[in-house]
Amino acid sequence: MNSVRNNLASTLTDQEVSEIEAEISHLPDRRSAAIDALKIVQKHRGWISDGSLSAIARLLGMSDEELDGIATFYTLIYRKPVGEKVILCCDSVSCWIMGGDKITNKIKSHLNVELGETTEDSKYTLLPVTCLGDCDHAPAMMVGDELHHDLTESNIEEILK
Amino acid sequence: MSETPLTRNIAPGKPPTDLAAYDANGGYQAVRDTIGKVDPDGVLDIIKDSNLRGRGGAGYPTGMKWSFVPKPRPDEGHRYLVANADEMEPGTFKDRLLMEFDPHQLIEGMILSSYTISADRGYIFIRDEYHTAIKRLNDAIKEAENKNYLGDRILGTDFSFHLHVHVSAGRYICGEETALLNSLEGKRANPRAKPPFPQVSGLWGRPTIVNNVETLCNIPHIVTHGADWYQSLGSGNDAGTKLYGASGRVKKPGCWELPIGTSIREILENHAGGMLDGYELKGLLPGGASTDFLVAEPLDLPMDYESIMQAGSRMGTGTMIILDDKTCPVGMIANLMKFFARESCGFCTPCREGLPWVKQILDGIEAGTGRLGDMDILERQSQFIGAISNTHCAHAPGAIEPLSSGLKYFHEDFIAHIENKTCPYTGGAT
Repeated sequence: MNSVRNNLASTLTDQEVSEIEAEISHLPDRRSAAIDALKIVQKHRGWISDGSLSAIARLLGMSDEELDGIATFYTLIYRKPVGEKVILCCDSVSCWIMGGDKITNKIKSHLNVELGETTEDSKYTLLPVTCLGDCDHAPAMMVGDELHHDLTESNIEEILK
Repeated sequence: MSETPLTRNIAPGKPPTDLAAYDANGGYQAVRDTIGKVDPDGVLDIIKDSNLRGRGGAGYPTGMKWSFVPKPRPDEGHRYLVANADEMEPGTFKDRLLMEFDPHQLIEGMILSSYTISADRGYIFIRDEYHTAIKRLNDAIKEAENKNYLGDRILGTDFSFHLHVHVSAGRYICGEETALLNSLEGKRANPRAKPPFPQVSGLWGRPTIVNNVETLCNIPHIVTHGADWYQSLGSGNDAGTKLYGASGRVKKPGCWELPIGTSIREILENHAGGMLDGYELKGLLPGGASTDFLVAEPLDLPMDYESIMQAGSRMGTGTMIILDDKTCPVGMIANLMKFFARESCGFCTPCREGLPWVKQILDGIEAGTGRLGDMDILERQSQFIGAISNTHCAHAPGAIEPLSSGLKYFHEDFIAHIENKTCPYTGGAT
């Protein structure tokens, strides 16, 4: 698995470094690119391992601890491996009123995972998310980059085939 | 037929507005007529006179906010304008519509606003999940750069403005303007103490204005048609139009641009089509999760800042969340407190410790293990976390609004859960 090997390496690829430097170029200092840099590396490797974190910290001139404080603050920076696609399932109030809990339970039983877990085949990771701003079509969820809404217990299986 | 300037390029089934379509409908005319031709103070006066108030929730007068930015001095460094596009208030779905279907309107609003406050750098701070809006904004920025509406020496004048889309990495607290600035600086999104206010010392210590997307989208229309025209659009004390919305068990949930001050009843019955058959209205949150419940009586209130304030709540984002008679109010409040507890940045003790405690008690009551003494704890914590908490930002006081109002209006529901040791609602969400 290429992505796993990349992850254990504590050096960044030329591609990653050049993308991060492009962000730094329009900022007043290097550390201001911390979140952008984490997102760039995550885009290539799927998640941020300790090795990746150290490499980014060195590039930005920060300590590992300081960067980890930032990485762990943000919900969309993954410090553990995730599946090929992350399911972000809205658990905010409009979706809740429209039966969101039933949808989440259906996803859990269909994929045989709890919130925060990855399926055995590493295809999906299930996470809760704050209101997706699609409340007139509640309940809603993201699967990877795709928004799905007007969810029912019966259309979940079709979406997660 | 009332005027709908913000959504005039948006209609169901109509493709998103590109530069050609935007231009064909008078787009960027305000930029061409204003930049280098009207004094920035002249634009500021129009915005002040228009009585435009911030559409992100707090309702602060926009012209007043801008007027606190110090006058530029030669060679002083960058000044910033930030569009708060981090739409995450539960129940709110209005800025997404504006960005996905008319991105140039936001860009034109930002060019005019930055000209007024002499900002030369702009950011659109947007949540990661809004993939479609991010792509369309980036495409639109390129189109505007090619026409020199953005970039160096815009349309041959001395004014330069560079606009960049910053895609966030999650957390509701980033919508708080000083937390947003910390996040843009690559830090944890803990809100800052005020003063200093961002107008004086904001992004990287420089003068900065943060405005909501909908607020900025109003600017081109006000500049084009003037303050009197804008005032005439509103139907009550406030000026302009507002994107209102309704979600929950109504027949036609959605988002509509209406004169500001349209009554709750008209929004609910005429636009949202009334309640679904078999459901009655029990109450509503007028403008997102961090506003107080209103119950049936104030239906004829106009949705404007003052009227909703006088009724004991806030207009907030103007997107209403409807509670029906088959959905458990205790369960709904427990859901809201779970959200606020999770999204606390953890800096201030009342917020970090108080919200999870309140959430735990509500979960207990909902599950049938509550005790009457829990009601006293909830009442007391509403005070400690809310009104008298002195927390850094408005997260904890906002979180408490639906709890304290819910304890007042749905007292009997709480007591029924505790006395019968079970949730009496079976037909709703749970």
